[in-house]
Amino acid sequence: MASKFTRSNSTGWLMAGPAAVLMGLFIVLPFLFAIGLSFTNQRLISPNPTQFVGLSNYSQLLGIGLLTLEPERDDAGEILREEDGTVSYPALRGYTRNNPDYPQFDGMREWFSVSLGESRTYVLARDVVFAKAVVNTIIFVLVVAPVQGGLALVLALLINQKLRGINVFRAIYFMPVVVSIVVVSLLWRFIYDGQSGLLNNLLGALTFGAFPRIDWLGNPSTALGAIIAMSIWQAVGFHMVIWLSGLQTISPSLYEAAAIEGASKWQTFRYVTWPGLRNTAVLVLIVITMQAFALFAQIDVMTSGGPLDSTQTIVFQAVERGYGKQDISGGSTISVILFVFVLAISLLQRWLTREKK
Amino acid sequence: MAQLSADNHGLRLAVRYTVLGLIALIFVFPLVFMLMSSLKPDAQLLSDTRSLRAFLPVGDISLDNYFDAFRRAPVGLFIFNSVIVTGVTVALTLFICSAAAFAFVFIDWRGRDLVLTLILATLIVPFETIAIPLLLIASKLPWLGLDGLTYGWLNSYQVQIVPFIADGLTIFLFVQYFKDLPGELIEAARVEGASWWQVYRRVVMPLAGPVLATAAILKFLVMYNQYLWPLMVVQEERYRPVMVGLQYFFQLNRAWGEIMAYLSLITVPVLAFYLFLQRAFIASIASTGVKG
Repeated sequence: MASKFTRSNSTGWLMAGPAAVLMGLFIVLPFLFAIGLSFTNQRLISPNPTQFVGLSNYSQLLGIGLLTLEPERDDAGEILREEDGTVSYPALRGYTRNNPDYPQFDGMREWFSVSLGESRTYVLARDVVFAKAVVNTIIFVLVVAPVQGGLALVLALLINQKLRGINVFRAIYFMPVVVSIVVVSLLWRFIYDGQSGLLNNLLGALTFGAFPRIDWLGNPSTALGAIIAMSIWQAVGFHMVIWLSGLQTISPSLYEAAAIEGASKWQTFRYVTWPGLRNTAVLVLIVITMQAFALFAQIDVMTSGGPLDSTQTIVFQAVERGYGKQDISGGSTISVILFVFVLAISLLQRWLTREKK
Repeated sequence: MAQLSADNHGLRLAVRYTVLGLIALIFVFPLVFMLMSSLKPDAQLLSDTRSLRAFLPVGDISLDNYFDAFRRAPVGLFIFNSVIVTGVTVALTLFICSAAAFAFVFIDWRGRDLVLTLILATLIVPFETIAIPLLLIASKLPWLGLDGLTYGWLNSYQVQIVPFIADGLTIFLFVQYFKDLPGELIEAARVEGASWWQVYRRVVMPLAGPVLATAAILKFLVMYNQYLWPLMVVQEERYRPVMVGLQYFFQLNRAWGEIMAYLSLITVPVLAFYLFLQRAFIASIASTGVKG
């Protein structure tokens, strides 16, 4: 199309310029700022001038140490025990506070510990809350991506049947997607409530009262799971639609051929449907993963990161510090760390969908 | 034999519909609960959760919660703010992004490929990773408005609108769509002496109905449901959108009926809009799936 009628530098810049300027100012610039600010001690409002602090924000967030302690022994070499019979170890404080022999542990706190024989290995973190946030986010991603992707595929296969009125079901399954996640999170607080929650009442009715009432969001061992289940409920229709559009690109003649060959339903799925969905599968997994890493609204509305930091997430921490505590540089550092995760995922996508020669 | 297989067919059909119906219940029950609860006084609302009454319009039914919600919070103002922010953003997005895509697809200009590559690269930057520095930028930007030149965009409409006008996904959708239009058509119009503006306005945009609908629906959903950003940049009630206005109902004595009424008020219009344009909504999500 390169002719003198389609060439125009001025019109090209005039028409693409506004979008380019807006995106430069509101996406590229803040992105570069995030990287730059993560090396400073910038706060939203501060009487002190901003200073370059190198990588200290990163080491503050990501600093982790391993410390193995032997049990305390008395003069005879017998292991000392606490009053309740558990083995007694030297106090961690002695290692993490101004101990000149262990400068690398200075300021760290216990994240968790494991016993190996008599000795006990402590995993220390400079920022225990952030460490938990990273782990929770990764758990969320690792559960949500396969479960939501798989359920969405099952729904897509159900909806892809030729049945009268099937579009009504498709419309209903998709419905939660158009409802704000904030609204959904509030509604599900009712479902998960410890006293009059719908879930407790349902489980109680099904088991004739044998099932104990659980405060799903107030219990550290169930809170993250409850949020995972709700998130899947809200978004699964979105990915059902993406699977559906993938299913519809598979040529009907392949199914006819499979039918003529006498293939079973499972064989048809395994050798016709699934190979035709390969790229869709990668796309669905990537999109879910990206969305899952950005987990925030559910946490903000339902648990604020609690109980006992069991639902802290990376973005929730970024907002709490960058906005709540006005620690712009700390929030920016977390943002950059999040971006590194997301970038790794999208490079993985590139690699998985590369053209095979 | 024929009789048997007909029965079998009927049974299978019944099983299929039952499965589909049970799954449908899972997806609608929280929404039905919301609507029904919005009609009940608090005490009944809570006691009804013990039985199926939670999903039925029974007992002391009224619209009182809706009136009370309006009395407790400036609900009308919140809805107005959301409509303004969403409407203006969608309109500007359609214009700015379609113009940019037009330039990328139909016009030959120096720097075109580089700019397009940069714009598409922004697709992998989640908003959450730039929100904090964007807050810092927004708090310092100048604005020429009715009060003359002011600095800092916090607490305003523009802070909720301008950063979201141009986005990579919308431009991408337009570019994909424009690429499938016959390029000869545009060149012919140019040869006949039409200006670029005329080609955009009279030749291309009249053909862009489907992609305009897709882009508008996606942008509408994103903007109306915005939460993180307005939470950070809007403290003043005057500019608060509906999702942030919710906080109002969690201060002091909490009235669940009013909360349900408010949730219904801000959700039902979107649901109605969706059910009305269901095919277009689903098609627009499906078209984002092509981007792999």
